[in-house]
Amino acid sequence: MLQGIYDFIKGIFEPLGDYLVGSALPVGSSFAGDIDALIALIAVMVGFWALLAYAAFFFLIFRFREKKGKKAKYVTGEEKNLKRWITYPHAAIIVCDLVIVFMAIMVWYNIKQRLPEADSTIRIISQQWAWNFVHPGPDNELDTDDDIITFNELHVQEGTTYHYELLSKDVLHDFSVPVFRLKQDAIPGRIMKGWFKPTRAGEYDIQCAEMCGIGHGIMGARIVVETPEEHAAWMSQSSTGKLASR
Amino acid sequence: MAEAGTAETHGAHAHDAHHEQGFWSKYIFSTDHKMIAMQYMFTGIVMALIGGYMSYAFRMQLAFPGQSVPGYGLVSQGEYNALVTNHGTIMIFWVAMPMLIAAFGNYLIPLMIGADDMVFPRINRLSYQIFLVSALVLIGSLFVPGGGFGGAWTAYPPLSSSAEYSLTPLGSTLWLVAVALEFVAFLLGGINFITTLMNARAPGMKMYDIPMVLWMIVVASVLFMASVGPLIAGAVMLFMDQVVGTGYFDPGRGGDPILWQHLFWFFGHPEVYVVFLPAIGIVAEIICTFSRKKLFNYKLILYTVFATAIISFFVWAHHQFVAGIDPRMANVFTITTLIISIPIAEMIFLYIATLYGGSIRLTTPMLWALAFIAEFMIGGITGIFLGASGSDIYFHDTYFVLAHFHYTFFPIAIIGFLAGITYWFPKMFGRMMNETLGKIHFWGTIAAFNSIFIPLFILGTAGQHRRIYNYQNFPDLADMQGLRVFATTALLVMLAFQAVFLFNFFYSMFKGKPAGKNPWKANTLEWTTTSPPPHGNWAELPNCYRGPYEYSVPGREEDYWPQDVPPDTAPAE
Repeated sequence: MLQGIYDFIKGIFEPLGDYLVGSALPVGSSFAGDIDALIALIAVMVGFWALLAYAAFFFLIFRFREKKGKKAKYVTGEEKNLKRWITYPHAAIIVCDLVIVFMAIMVWYNIKQRLPEADSTIRIISQQWAWNFVHPGPDNELDTDDDIITFNELHVQEGTTYHYELLSKDVLHDFSVPVFRLKQDAIPGRIMKGWFKPTRAGEYDIQCAEMCGIGHGIMGARIVVETPEEHAAWMSQSSTGKLASR
Repeated sequence: MAEAGTAETHGAHAHDAHHEQGFWSKYIFSTDHKMIAMQYMFTGIVMALIGGYMSYAFRMQLAFPGQSVPGYGLVSQGEYNALVTNHGTIMIFWVAMPMLIAAFGNYLIPLMIGADDMVFPRINRLSYQIFLVSALVLIGSLFVPGGGFGGAWTAYPPLSSSAEYSLTPLGSTLWLVAVALEFVAFLLGGINFITTLMNARAPGMKMYDIPMVLWMIVVASVLFMASVGPLIAGAVMLFMDQVVGTGYFDPGRGGDPILWQHLFWFFGHPEVYVVFLPAIGIVAEIICTFSRKKLFNYKLILYTVFATAIISFFVWAHHQFVAGIDPRMANVFTITTLIISIPIAEMIFLYIATLYGGSIRLTTPMLWALAFIAEFMIGGITGIFLGASGSDIYFHDTYFVLAHFHYTFFPIAIIGFLAGITYWFPKMFGRMMNETLGKIHFWGTIAAFNSIFIPLFILGTAGQHRRIYNYQNFPDLADMQGLRVFATTALLVMLAFQAVFLFNFFYSMFKGKPAGKNPWKANTLEWTTTSPPPHGNWAELPNCYRGPYEYSVPGREEDYWPQDVPPDTAPAE
């Protein structure tokens, strides 16, 4: 039921979300559209009230400019007929807040609280100031001989649901992929788990979005989202390359 | 009780007014609240100039990466981090706090309640002296070997707790010591503010007759004192981690880096309201005076202040949605964060409603006060995007956040200060500021301010993350350089316009038109003494007969009715 209501509201705001955020940055994961729609919903709700408030604000300044011989009105603001100008918007804001809370929590739940079944698991190890990525390799399992370890370059396959295990060797880092609309802090001593599902082939930025010391400004990496054929080709090339180098 | 205390303080100070004061006791070791306010204000202005200079250096680096910045030189990665870290620290702790709470609090509380000084003048002096030391320690920390601390103003460990990671062994420790000293100074100040307002009011000034700005400053002081404890505990732990090598925040030795974040933000979020409340209090005074109106529903505004203050203790973890806290906690903090939007929105509505039926004069202080509302609203509504957990996953630590909080802190620290200083300048220095220069400065600053930060909203929405010294390192972000250059250019314009203010400020101080007692025809008590007020404030301390906002009362000839005018001298109706 809740999911149904959510999907309905999301459907209304998705095109606007696509325009507001999607035009600045590709929609690259299964949940990016949800976040964009939420942003659009908030923009419409708070935008509407802000415009009304600005209209009232500038109208009052303009309408009640000082005029010779005209005194200001004496009102305390406790009169019933005036107070409703405060109580009605107040009630409307509560309604808007409820809608925003509902939508925000649904988005959050789907992305951060729920962990859907994974097709594959990768490990991300951050350190000052670089990213190490452990891909499971052809057997699709981590910690086996055919793992593919790369440096500042993550290869994933379009349409596949990934779990990630995010680690840090030293200080806080943050695994941020703007096209996925994904962020997660990496904490030394902990393994942070999460998921994403890339939906759009291409090569995009990975950022470290948490201040991590002098080299924070160079701690970028690239994520390569490949079609299944490209991904298979990359995998066979990388595994043979690795074997050859042994 | 309050009556007796009031009488006593009044009597005890009557003598002080006659003392001859030498240079040292008048300007340097003064216990006069007005002089201490000036000390805080001028220190704040100097720190604001330093913070502004830092923003100039790092914005130039962002717009023209790798090129030598005129007046600074090359900005290295480490220096860039130190610049953004200390810009944030200075602007919040050494500009917003001293100018809004300490300067206006010290200046206004005794004058607006009809007292001759603070109840603890020596604690007050000590507060400023500690504050000055803290400012010197902070500035000194930029010049020690290894450079200033560069771990962001939030100072998350393990980066901040370990020299091995931060590479600024002395810088981080001095930074922490400076911040801790600054807190001590404001704790002392806060005790003074609260006690003075509660015990030293003029006879007849009841709770609801207190000018709104004083309520706001005192609620802010209570907020500060109630929230700063956990942070001081955290600061001690962080200091021990840095210096002695304890492992409070080191996961390798059983510590937890997230603990610091909770302690920091438990203080850090109320801190936003600690500086917001005095600023919007100043705005209340100005709007009433220049629209010749009573504040729209005084009590309701006061209740929204209390509600905001209380709820602000329950929203801190919205800074930590993606920091690795239990994901279910995000739901709770999304709800509390959206709840706090309700009293704040209501407060803004009440301010707007105050304009209704007014007789509005757009003087310079009024322009600043109205600009505060207009600009802060943008800061408020963009906060909803960040308080909602779902959209914060994306916006966290982007320039959207940065633009959002500059739309709250710039109105607070800069617009709030300028509103207050242009309004009370005649009282402080006995002369008027130049209105034409004031308006030139106003429009130049406001236009430039919006031109800086609107582009940053766009950059944030396009995924630009914070605290990066050169975006050319990120292929997806590299080609938005035009917006960065635009924002930096606007910053240069804004900084240039501050010269107009400084000229107006110092020129008017000596050459402005004499102001007289009450140039704005305002009601509150500070306008009933001479400008500037003498040591001891009044020859004879005033009584209070009514609320602070009795403007345009029907049946009276004058459209104002000062608080100290006894009712029987009112013209017959």
